Amino acid sequence: MSYKFSPALEKKFEWLKSRYPVQDAVLIPLLHFVQNEVGYLSLDAMEHVAEKMNISPARVKEVASFYSLFRFEAGGKYVLQVCHNLTCYLKGSDQLLEWMEKNMELDDSGNSKDGVFRVERVECLASCGTAPVIQANNWDYFEELNLEKLQKIVEALRAGKWACASYEDRIQEGSVA
Amino acid sequence: MSQRIYEAHPLENRVVIAGYGEPKSWTLDVFEKKLGGYKAARGAVKAEPDSLITTVKDAGLRGLGGAGFPAGVKWSFIPKNPTKPVYLVCNADEGEPGTFKDRQIMEHLPHRLIEGMICAASAIGSKTAYIYVRYELRLARERLEQAIEEAYKAGYLGENIFGSSRSLDITVHPGAGAYICGEETGLIESLEGDRGQPRLKPPFPAISGLFGGPTIVNNVETLAHVPGILNNGPEWFVKLGNGTPRGAGTKLLCVSGDVKRPGFYEIPLGLPLNSLLNDICGGPLEGRKFKACYPGGSSSPLLRADEFDTPMDFDSLAAKKTMMGSGAVIVIDDSRSIPEMAMRTARFYAHESCGQCVPCREGTKWVSKMLKRLTMGQGSFSDIDKIKSACNNMAGKTICVLSDACAMPVVSMLEKFRPEFEAIAKPDDEVQPALPKISGQMAALMSLVRERQTQK
Ligand SMILES: Cc1cc2nc3c(=O)[nH]c(=O)nc-3n(C[C@H](O)[C@H](O)[C@H](O)COP(=O)(O)O)c2cc1C
Ligand code: SF4
Ligand code: FES
Repeated sequence: MSYKFSPALEKKFEWLKSRYPVQDAVLIPLLHFVQNEVGYLSLDAMEHVAEKMNISPARVKEVASFYSLFRFEAGGKYVLQVCHNLTCYLKGSDQLLEWMEKNMELDDSGNSKDGVFRVERVECLASCGTAPVIQANNWDYFEELNLEKLQKIVEALRAGKWACASYEDRIQEGSVA
Repeated sequence: MSQRIYEAHPLENRVVIAGYGEPKSWTLDVFEKKLGGYKAARGAVKAEPDSLITTVKDAGLRGLGGAGFPAGVKWSFIPKNPTKPVYLVCNADEGEPGTFKDRQIMEHLPHRLIEGMICAASAIGSKTAYIYVRYELRLARERLEQAIEEAYKAGYLGENIFGSSRSLDITVHPGAGAYICGEETGLIESLEGDRGQPRLKPPFPAISGLFGGPTIVNNVETLAHVPGILNNGPEWFVKLGNGTPRGAGTKLLCVSGDVKRPGFYEIPLGLPLNSLLNDICGGPLEGRKFKACYPGGSSSPLLRADEFDTPMDFDSLAAKKTMMGSGAVIVIDDSRSIPEMAMRTARFYAHESCGQCVPCREGTKWVSKMLKRLTMGQGSFSDIDKIKSACNNMAGKTICVLSDACAMPVVSMLEKFRPEFEAIAKPDDEVQPALPKISGQMAALMSLVRERQTQK
């Protein structure tokens, strides 16, 4: 099935183009929008982006592959980005990762067997004051974590709760992080 | 949550984050009516650009993103009659490990940044500005976008702002996960839609930067200080700090790691580190003692606990062979292993090297692997000196300073905490020989890279 921008994205694309004197500059913001629609940057999607921008698909891939937030294969519904940088390490990120490896049935690339999660180790998430930290889908920050909180978060996400809910919403629902 | 909101400590002086914690501080209404916002911008759009630059120069405002370069001086490098459009870029990539300050401004006081950008754009004659925000900072991006929309509606952005002859467009541009895009020329490449690989300087961005035009790249905190300076005058700013123009103003510090009250604090420049860590942050955790800290992010050489009497300002830290950097103080107590921290520091830079310079690409990887070997108990005594000499070969030889940023903290750890490395090392004949060293053709390859860059 070939991918086409949704009507909403067509509009955003036009708006993006109006913000830069050189069209090439819209590529990265555009790829974020596409990845948010498709879930990852499929070959189809990159070909469509290339066509729309009048550049080669190889060029799209060349640029996208430089950046760690772009994904080129379908993955879990929730990507859990676990910070393993200095402060999070001091505050116990190793223990969180160990627990995840033991209890979430992850394969070598970090995908859980049931397809719900993908666990990634990432660098400092600019939230060291409340370390250790996990971000879900580049969206929700879960902070000041410990094993007990982590377990509750994994259960809640598996039950379809909280992801992409604001911190205030989560508090109302009795969140722990 | 992002961060706990504490009441300001008496030793703090909240200027750039004045109004933090005020309900809805991120809205135009509160910013303007309660926090006195947009007063400076109203004046700036009608002021002589040179007078704005002089005021910021006299105030001694320094770049707060890492390098500490005086902002007014940088602005004065923009050619007087440019043939191409001038661009203002706000560096909001916030990637230096330990740093979480710029997001506080963007999430809670986005209008202060916008106001700072209007003032800076007026000073350098720019009509187009971008804020390059780290993608992961979703709330910051959202709050900025809302604030920009409000500002357009109010006539503070767009054409003829505040009824003047000036116009300014600001666009939020997301990054995509690459620490190197925090380096100003890497950032420019990324903004242009390319891989974020730094450019060889000169030409400096002020001469030829974004889309080939003269460009100023400033950090969020730097720009957010500008309205205060224009409102209160340069002398006020100098007095806020240690009283000298080289140590003027306040600085947002991010304290994390082994302290009782981690968080971000706005302190007058020159406050001793001891005072910050003991008085403001509550001292070490129960039953522990401080061992060391990175005073300015993961790129800064460590200070030992017996050096914590150092005043937190650019010159005092430089005198201790370290730096203010991004203002991220990562505290390590006596229960921690320095070699483990060294390994994790090097691993970060190895992961983030953009790969175009051989000393950096190979050096960061090799050092991180050798440190890993040591921490796994498989390294030897002679490895310690080999790592040090490899670090010395990585510094000062590359297109950008990421390579130095890896070498400097590691060397400081090897020098200041050598016994800890020796305690886990083995005699040479008990371990495998060291990993093969960096390629011998490094120099030849480097000149090739430089040649390619100049031709570009
Ligand atoms: C590897 C590397 C990463 C950097 N990351 C950042 C960053 O995340 N944010 C920032 O403001 N400056 C960063 N800088 C510094 C910028 O290159 C530049 O000096 C700064 O944006 C200038 O703004 P200022 O003068 O207002 O500090 C980085 C530099 C290097 C070498
Ligand atoms: S020093 Fe490292 S990060 Fe900087 S340009 Fe060279 S390879 Fe890239
Ligand atoms: S070290 Fe984990 S958020 Fe900074």
